[in-house]
Amino acid sequence: MSLSTKHLLGIKDLTKDDISLILQTAEQFKEVLQRPIKKVPTLRDVTIVNLFYENSTRTRISFELAEKRLSADTINFSSSGSSVSKGETLLDTVNNILSMKVDMVVMRHSASGAPHFLAKHIPAAIINAGDGINEHPTQALLDAFSIKEKTGSLDGRKIAIIGDIMHSRVAQSNIYLLRKMGAEVTVCGPPTLIPKYITEALNVRVNYNLRQTLEWCDVANVLRIQLERQNQVLFSSLREYNLVYGIKRHMLDEINKDIVIMHPGPINRGVEIDSDVADSRQSIILQQVENGVAVRMAVLYLLAGRGSENN
Amino acid sequence: MKLILTEQHLAITIKRLAHQILENHIDLHNTVLIGIQPRGVYLSDQLVSEIRKQVQKSNIQYGKLDITFYRDDVHDELRVPNQTNILFSIEGKNVVLIDDVLYTGRTIRSALDALMDLGRPEKVELCVLIDRRFSRQFPIQPDYVGKSIDSIVSQKVKVFWKEKDGKEEVVILE
Repeated sequence: MSLSTKHLLGIKDLTKDDISLILQTAEQFKEVLQRPIKKVPTLRDVTIVNLFYENSTRTRISFELAEKRLSADTINFSSSGSSVSKGETLLDTVNNILSMKVDMVVMRHSASGAPHFLAKHIPAAIINAGDGINEHPTQALLDAFSIKEKTGSLDGRKIAIIGDIMHSRVAQSNIYLLRKMGAEVTVCGPPTLIPKYITEALNVRVNYNLRQTLEWCDVANVLRIQLERQNQVLFSSLREYNLVYGIKRHMLDEINKDIVIMHPGPINRGVEIDSDVADSRQSIILQQVENGVAVRMAVLYLLAGRGSENN
Repeated sequence: MKLILTEQHLAITIKRLAHQILENHIDLHNTVLIGIQPRGVYLSDQLVSEIRKQVQKSNIQYGKLDITFYRDDVHDELRVPNQTNILFSIEGKNVVLIDDVLYTGRTIRSALDALMDLGRPEKVELCVLIDRRFSRQFPIQPDYVGKSIDSIVSQKVKVFWKEKDGKEEVVILE
């Protein structure tokens, strides 16, 4: 049993079996994380570099913790304070790091496709920790794991993805994954933040009405408004966005079922989601973070085995 | 293919092992039984149900241990992990590890590592259904043996279980 791919560049490249294998393996790592000694010696001979060309809190800590729990050696790299500011290219930086005998690279980059470029040029296994507006595969995997844990399965589940779909790699990865696993997906948000041909391209429904979407779904995955990726005015103000598309307590109380609220973080409280929703018992935002470590351990474990198989 | 234990023989052997364990651990009050995933669990399930007939149910602490993450051959062959399910502390306990076939001893070495991460047991014993003698790669010996056999490297010993394989017997495959 192994993955069909040597790298984790995106959910797009994974098969249904790959996804099931990762989720199944993650369950066992979750058990490890609940022990008094939360560490296994599995990857003690593997060295992993975390290359973060873009800011990150959760993903970076989560990856680092996952690596340490697997006993791998880790190196952290962030572009600020490195030779990137002296003009070194991505490929040069990575090749220099690899010449110090590194087996795997975890990379976040603001340019879409950066990890795919690296995968073509270097021998190490590469894990995409978010590339521009393309994909964020481990986030989608941990979201799926959390949905499965909370509701029992993905097949036939109704998932709403709400907010800035246009600029969200989390949305894209989630849609690929959920559709592959048989879940139904509706995206919801202002028309300016939803790509025009998304129904044809990704096989999802579009609904611009938040209330109807919430009434339809079992799980609502609320996304952050990515101001850093928007270079033009796509909605009038954050206040107006909150009034029309912010998730509010009274809305959830008015629908007749308990939907699950998710958010990949970081939360803009009072913009896409109100505090009393984010902190309510319907929200599994912190469980998502907890599951992130187990899911990333599974990905590292499954790829580390394959990496040296080819050596 | 050579038959080593028939279904009837296997049932008697398991009964004997259960009694031998009880003989050394009267009442099981400080003893825990741990089956090694995946195939050791079929044996441990049967052993535990035999033991249940002899002692008070509440005295039996029984868990399942997966050793995938502790293997020394992670890079040669990737295995899908199974569930570890040990809902009690093994600190200061007498542990009886249970597996179906003892061959090179590498699985047991991994299991000992995995156990140490769960606590410090007082004593660890090993119970196996089949001991393939003279083929150890580590200094590991069983305390309870269903049957010892002599075999060569090219042979494979396979234990079939009703729940999993539809029949119950032990054979040597050439």
